[in-house]
Amino acid sequence: MSEFTVEDLGRVLREAAGESEVAVGGDSLDTDFAEIGYDSIALLEAAGRIERQLGIQLDDETVGEATTPRLFLAVVNRQGSADAA
Amino acid sequence: MKSVVITGTGVTAPNGLGKDDFWDATRAGRTGIGPVGRFDATGYPSTLAGEVPGFVARDHLPSRLIPQTDHMTRLALVAADWALADAGIVPSEWPEFGIGVMTASSSGGFEFGQGELKNLWSKGGQYVSAYQSFAWFYAVNSGQISIRNGLRGPGGVLVSDQAGGLDAVAQARRQIRKGGGLVLAGGVDGSICPWGWVAQIAGGRLSTDPDPGRAYRPFAADAAGHVPGEGGALLVMEEEDAARARGARIYGRVAGYGSTFDPHPDTGREPGLRRAAEIALRDAALRPSDIDVVFADAAAIPDLDRVEAEAINALFGPGGVPVTAPQTMTGRLNSGAGPLALSTALYAMRDGLIPPTLTRDPSPAYGLDLVRDTREAAMSTALVLARGQGGFNSAMVVATAEAPVAAPA
Repeated sequence: MSEFTVEDLGRVLREAAGESEVAVGGDSLDTDFAEIGYDSIALLEAAGRIERQLGIQLDDETVGEATTPRLFLAVVNRQGSADAA
Repeated sequence: MKSVVITGTGVTAPNGLGKDDFWDATRAGRTGIGPVGRFDATGYPSTLAGEVPGFVARDHLPSRLIPQTDHMTRLALVAADWALADAGIVPSEWPEFGIGVMTASSSGGFEFGQGELKNLWSKGGQYVSAYQSFAWFYAVNSGQISIRNGLRGPGGVLVSDQAGGLDAVAQARRQIRKGGGLVLAGGVDGSICPWGWVAQIAGGRLSTDPDPGRAYRPFAADAAGHVPGEGGALLVMEEEDAARARGARIYGRVAGYGSTFDPHPDTGREPGLRRAAEIALRDAALRPSDIDVVFADAAAIPDLDRVEAEAINALFGPGGVPVTAPQTMTGRLNSGAGPLALSTALYAMRDGLIPPTLTRDPSPAYGLDLVRDTREAAMSTALVLARGQGGFNSAMVVATAEAPVAAPA
């Protein structure tokens, strides 16, 4: 699987939950999702879309602990390579 | 008892988006009923609805709210914004727990739910939106209005079909009398989508007449059901003394309320509507002769029209009070009906105009003074009636701020 990037995450979040107050990108990698403007249900909805698009399974609890884009990307890419292995 | 007044109204109605468009259309007798536009209803037995015109959610609401809201919730959020603005209330200037939200709902977010059920059965559980967890829910409008505006006072939802809108306003009055502050109360409803449509058709009360001019004809001898609509109103309510202290414009006072539940039809006992109206009058410490106009429930089912006419005649005498049903221009709005009728009554009293009932060949046998053309009348009190399917009856008296306050009962 090719790497799931911060741009990919920004796009999925917009599709899942609408435009945020802060753009999801390189400058907001370590900004809290709450500050960016996405709550836990927005992230749950985004996680569901990522699972469908990439054909992977994400653990709800692990997703819930990923409070910034960097942490969220790490969960997706770790799971993506685990499922590919 | 503390007097509770209405200081703001926000309206989304099939014959007008916003209170001014709505009242202009209503006083002029312009209907909002027409062929269903939200989906192709041509293959269904009922094909007419009252749909809110010109509503583009993205023009009024942030992008974040769109994926998580049903159409009727979007209408409610906008009506709430307008009600607050109309009352001159900026929520951020109020204490965190100073403003509550009390709405009514009849079926929740049906259209949203239909989309997710379709995803579930056609694609699988992983395709169901996480927002389905609350977007369908009865309490969703109270919740979303509360979150959007930071209103953390008393909150709740009333579910009693078409009576619910008045019940929510009554519950708001109780909360204000107990704890002061402001409550945003009312109802905005609608389920004009295939799933909502078949549910309403199964309820057996929809008109199957395809002519918008006669489909919903309450108090006609051959009345044959109603046309459903979407929309409603939200009202800003507060203690009269507090409203006066902040220099608020007062539309009117919630003077009285009563609610009853019908006995089982097999018992042959009288349905509860008359009693609900009597309780509301007693609560307002008014006599029937003090009431200037009645806003009827207007079910347009002959048995129910008869029950309503008998209740009105028992209280006021045949032809003893002007009766109107402007919802003949919007369709029946379920939980949106009562709050929209209250708003209409307040505008009517302000402008001295009773809006008309657009029916066809009403039967004189009902003995009602049914207002069919806009009528000039000085009014300071109005009685609003609402019935919900399954036996709910509610009645509310509103009075102008100038009307004398009743002595405590």
